[in-house]
Amino acid sequence: MPVRITEDDFDAGREIAALRGIDRRVGAVASFIGTVRDVNDEAQVLAMTLEHYPGMTEKALEAIVEEARGRFDILDALVIHRVGDLKPTDQIVLVAVTSAHRGEAFDACRFIMDYLKTRAPFWKREQTPAGARWVDARASDDEAAARWKP
Amino acid sequence: MPDSVPSSLVGVTVNLVYLARLREAFGRSGERLALGSALPTVGALVAQLCARGDPWSRELAPGRAFRVAVNHEVAGREVVLRDGDEVALLPPVTGG
Repeated sequence: MPVRITEDDFDAGREIAALRGIDRRVGAVASFIGTVRDVNDEAQVLAMTLEHYPGMTEKALEAIVEEARGRFDILDALVIHRVGDLKPTDQIVLVAVTSAHRGEAFDACRFIMDYLKTRAPFWKREQTPAGARWVDARASDDEAAARWKP
Repeated sequence: MPDSVPSSLVGVTVNLVYLARLREAFGRSGERLALGSALPTVGALVAQLCARGDPWSRELAPGRAFRVAVNHEVAGREVVLRDGDEVALLPPVTGG
């Protein structure tokens, strides 16, 4: 399964080693880890809850990985996204891609993250000193995804 | 518009799912809803919800950003709903 939704933390080194496996065609591995910051929109973030839409989330992520496979000459890809209660410094998401050469791995990794940010049904709710709030979507995320339009 | 409802479209009931901010705004995670429109599109469903008044009319007003997913696929306002469809209302996503 190239896609996993979990409440548990992940070991990026172990996951990437498993993704590479013993595939001798792999010459490049690109990965991205998103983590919880302690400040957002000028407010202190004490904790965060990540919610998703079970059933659709998996399909949406698998569709994004499939699209990446169609666009880039990659060998394999992995997406792990956490849900539930998180705190600053916690890992949220891991995207890892293998390919023969670095360009395709870098591009596919960034493509998957940009599309995940705008298409996968996750929502962040932050606890701040002033109370809880749903995080607003950013126009910059839409712009990042739009860069990949064919 | 004809007054008679096509028999094939009578009795379309969908399972609504409200997520994140919309779940909080509506005070429920979902509901079963019998559609009243002769042509039960996504757009007609949204209009039916808005007709309830606040908070529906406020949260689903034209210009408010939200998406509709039918059976886990994002759907446009023109999509025709069928009996038993799962229809989710999604605020703009903020994962990653």
